[in-house]
Amino acid sequence: MQERKMRLSPREAAHTEVGHGGHSAGHHGHDEHHEHEHESLKTFGFWLFLMTDCILFASLFACYLVLHGNTNGGPTAEELFEMPGVIAETFILLTSSFTSGLAVLAMHKKNLKGLITWLAVTVLLGASFIYLEVDEFLKMVHEGATISTSAFLSSFFTLVGTHGLHVSLGLCWMIGLIFQLKRHGITPVTMRKVNVISLYWHFLDVVWIFVFTIVYMMGVM
Amino acid sequence: MASQQNHADAHGAHDGGHGSLKSYVIGFVLSIVLTIIPLVLVLNDIVEGTAAKVVLLVTAFLQFVVQLVFFMHLKEESKPRYNLMSLLLGVLLVLTIVIGSVWIMTYNKVG
Repeated sequence: MQERKMRLSPREAAHTEVGHGGHSAGHHGHDEHHEHEHESLKTFGFWLFLMTDCILFASLFACYLVLHGNTNGGPTAEELFEMPGVIAETFILLTSSFTSGLAVLAMHKKNLKGLITWLAVTVLLGASFIYLEVDEFLKMVHEGATISTSAFLSSFFTLVGTHGLHVSLGLCWMIGLIFQLKRHGITPVTMRKVNVISLYWHFLDVVWIFVFTIVYMMGVM
Repeated sequence: MASQQNHADAHGAHDGGHGSLKSYVIGFVLSIVLTIIPLVLVLNDIVEGTAAKVVLLVTAFLQFVVQLVFFMHLKEESKPRYNLMSLLLGVLLVLTIVIGSVWIMTYNKVG
């Protein structure tokens, strides 16, 4: 790895030059190759970030698993969770993971319109997921089940809320990316950005699967 | 020379790995099925207790694999498989944190 990094440093310089000086015809193909490699290294860097994000979620899951029985006289998981909404959330997020994949597929076919459309569909699905989740949280708080009611609810709101925050952040990011794509089209840089956000989105889907299984399904079992 | 090899492979790593419509559709259908199975089995009380937990965890794990293979194209990565290696380290850390915490805290009831 170290060696790979060292090899790249002069290329990084070449990359920046391209960025500032526009496309110089003579070096075009050459620079594009460097750029491509540089971007794929960035994608790998993002993959490493996702692995560290796993550790964050692992800690929150561990916390929830340890504390979920400590209800302090407040509502238990079984009394509190309403499955229809949660099941809807699950299918919405699964579908959005699929549509973000379709966006990547459209991108590789150089279909800018299809790419933007699928990203927009993903944003809409993600937004409806967040709407349902916020609605669920609000209902709980109205019933008097707040984050400070019990250790169970503290760990529940922290875990599920952190996931929801990740999704919300992803939504803002995706909307920003749609504007970038409209302005710059499909370039090596925007391609990498789409790849990275689709990885992020699939990752959030994976985390949700475990939230759904461990928190909700095991909670109402 | 070894680094030359690395370089060539690293370049290929993200070239081929974007899948086809077919693989996305298969992945989507599988993940839907793997969500419906535990819903039907557990919410209708067809399986209970430990068996239900096993069903839930196995289907969740399979969904995880489906996402990795059909959506994240982990299988199509070429050597050296840094993505897979870092993923395995990630999984090891996650399992250590979760299982370790639960294990310790289960036997930590004072008195």
